[in-house]
Amino acid sequence: MSWARAVVRATCPESAGAVRLVLEVDGWSGHVAGQHVDLRLTAEDGYTAWRSYSIASAPQQPLVSLVVQGVDGGEVSPYLISDVQEGDVLELRGPIGGHFVWRAALGGPVQLIAGGSGVVPFLSMLEHHRLAGSDAEVRLLYALRNPQDVLGTGVLGQVGPRVQVTYAYSRSAPPGWQGPTGRLDAGVLAEHVCGPAAAPQTFVCGPTGFVEAVAGALVQLGHVPTSIKTERYGDAA
Amino acid sequence: MSTTTRGFSGRRRQRTDGRLPPGQYDVGDAFPVLSAGPTPRVDLGTWDLTVQGQVDHVARWTWEDFTALPHEDITVDLHCVTAWSKFDTRWRGVSLDTLLEGISPGGSFVSAFCDGGYTTNLPLADLTGGRAWAVDGYGGAPLEPVHGGPVRLLVPHLYLWKSAKWLRGIAVTEHDEPGFWERFGYHGYGDPWREQRYAGG
Repeated sequence: MSWARAVVRATCPESAGAVRLVLEVDGWSGHVAGQHVDLRLTAEDGYTAWRSYSIASAPQQPLVSLVVQGVDGGEVSPYLISDVQEGDVLELRGPIGGHFVWRAALGGPVQLIAGGSGVVPFLSMLEHHRLAGSDAEVRLLYALRNPQDVLGTGVLGQVGPRVQVTYAYSRSAPPGWQGPTGRLDAGVLAEHVCGPAAAPQTFVCGPTGFVEAVAGALVQLGHVPTSIKTERYGDAA
Repeated sequence: MSTTTRGFSGRRRQRTDGRLPPGQYDVGDAFPVLSAGPTPRVDLGTWDLTVQGQVDHVARWTWEDFTALPHEDITVDLHCVTAWSKFDTRWRGVSLDTLLEGISPGGSFVSAFCDGGYTTNLPLADLTGGRAWAVDGYGGAPLEPVHGGPVRLLVPHLYLWKSAKWLRGIAVTEHDEPGFWERFGYHGYGDPWREQRYAGG
């Protein structure tokens, strides 16, 4: 798999700390919702750095969108958030990964559980669901610190009737919020996700500590471990 | 040949002592975690480790047997396919040479298999000669579940996905049979020095 030219066709803020990059990739062969790509930057002196990012756009869309969340002390994300402009040329390799994926043909029910920027591959799945006219039942439980951290408001605001989105706020909730708050423990999960009886395909994506806790609680609740796919990033606590 | 990115200078610089493979960066004190499913909860009372498949006899160790095997301390560098490398990591475990002693293999490959269903394939030769271990200790403590405890495979000369977490055994195979990630487009062998990340280069 080799590096391809990726021209930045648009860049727009996705939240206060995240940006959406819309890329036109030479020879792009298409992807499956949930896959990721490697993005490479090269300095004048030949120094290179690359990181992996989940694809946010649907396979049906011709341009590839990535949503990049800033990482404190990061090397690549600050550049992508603050410096990249329309017309810039980056390099991209992918798509990569075949496990953490969903296609409309797989049907439902599907339970998606996101922590923070872990929602990005789910944006691709939900766009794919909408554009495919899928009737699969999909639920997204999206854990955020604060309401202003939300990513993908565009996609999440136009999901169809078969999709249910639930937010959970761990730090501050909107005024009058009646939904879940705090950490996603077994109690919150039992109330807000598809139970094991429905035999959902479950996807969990987020920081390592979040995924570890959620996947462990789902197993406790009776979900079959092999029905739970995880994607995690960052350190063990 | 890479295309220069306008305005990017980069802040990290690579190690100059020749220990960083191409395309990798030094992650420092961090120890990222990547796995495809929930961390298995392992009952040491029923746990065992086996060498099986194309062998003249199956070897099996209970947890008690395993902890009684001769252990060695290992200090090695780790290289993950997602670009981070971690230097001078300290492990404790049993050499695969010890586990394979006295077994006549009827094939040149192995499939490492794990709690949770993970598998990965390796040439048998890469597990011998003091280059691979079944480790149950990290940094002077029992290996934590999130990093593969109670026992994981450690094959530091290959990308880290080959160092299977939650190891339950190795099956000797006649042919090289792609494992979990290898079936999803990752390289069959995974040499970080030749940057064998993905199938086909």
